[in-house]
Amino acid sequence: MNKQDLKEEIVRMSGSAVEKCMRCGKCSASCPSYEDMEYHPHEFVYLVEKGDIEKLMASESIYKCLTCFACVERCPRGVEPAKVVEAVRLIVIREQGMNRLKPDDIPGLWDKDLPQQAIVTAMRKYTK
Amino acid sequence: MTKIAYYPGCTLKNKARALDEEARAAARLLGYEFEEIDEWQCCGGAFTTSRDEIATKLAAARALTWARDHGGRVVTVCSACYNVLKQTNAAFRTDSEFAAKVSRYEKTDPPYRGEAEVVHWFELLRDEIGFDKLRAAVKKPLKGRKIAPYYGCLLLRPSETLAFDSPENPTVMEDFIRALGAEPVRYAMRNECCGGYLTLEDRDAAKKRSAAVLSSAVEMGADCMITACPLCLYNLTKNAAGPLEIRYFTDVLAEALGLKEGGENA
Repeated sequence: MNKQDLKEEIVRMSGSAVEKCMRCGKCSASCPSYEDMEYHPHEFVYLVEKGDIEKLMASESIYKCLTCFACVERCPRGVEPAKVVEAVRLIVIREQGMNRLKPDDIPGLWDKDLPQQAIVTAMRKYTK
Repeated sequence: MTKIAYYPGCTLKNKARALDEEARAAARLLGYEFEEIDEWQCCGGAFTTSRDEIATKLAAARALTWARDHGGRVVTVCSACYNVLKQTNAAFRTDSEFAAKVSRYEKTDPPYRGEAEVVHWFELLRDEIGFDKLRAAVKKPLKGRKIAPYYGCLLLRPSETLAFDSPENPTVMEDFIRALGAEPVRYAMRNECCGGYLTLEDRDAAKKRSAAVLSSAVEMGADCMITACPLCLYNLTKNAAGPLEIRYFTDVLAEALGLKEGGENA
């Protein structure tokens, strides 16, 4: 996909109006995963707006978002950064062979207290 | 006895069985019979926000359609199920292309358009039963207990869709705690994320999130924390350590209503 198509695809999937961003940084200030991310929520929005998306796709940051929606809630412009991060992650994991978490990984991650909810949610977030 | 369609969810039938059983027992005492949805399927734990996702939303769509046809609403106890069902329902209401695709695939007749109402057990307690009636039903007031309500993210956000409570200054759990005779503890991190599913991808990151929530409540003097979410309970118990008990809200509810044998620490 060329840059423009990729941007349009992400905007279409997320429904996010990335161009509304006024760079206030409130999303990143609210993000519980901030310190674990290479690219932060406001950078996702900015780089998608610029069409500079490959570096986001290659970054571990797409797996750090908790979809807690703090950024969505606190954005004064209704940009919904979490949906942008999710769209970039989906573009990556929808490729054949790109599932982040595989069923065979689960036994190694399992412990007796782990709720079913943890497994189904992680599978939903990290696999197609 | 008011009958209401009930969506338990995967974890309430397994690791969090008490959450299911105690919620139903308290409901019966307060005049509600939870009628389990026929052949419900796991909601998937998270709503996939991408508009082109259809398959991941079908389990919720089926439950919602069943609820529409059986009394018009569905109650949940698990925060994640509540969030997924309610966000899926909103997609039916606001995205006609999505609604049409699902109805064609499911052969729903008449097509489902988001008619059902999704409510959390907390909302029934607050809006229908009322905390005065709950207070009157309490047999063993939890006097002297300092309980920190943990909302997390799934009950509150996105607030435009969930409309559960104020996303930044919620009160329903505090009022619930007061009705049970205990003292609610206010602390800064009550509506911040516990680390959620990140525990499987990056446990150290989840540990930092949970520890921040827990220490914030301890700092304010809590001796107990309550949650409606099995994954929050897991993270706060396994990925953080502190001098306070993490319990399901249904657990303290059952205790106060005298539904637990052996009283206080049963």
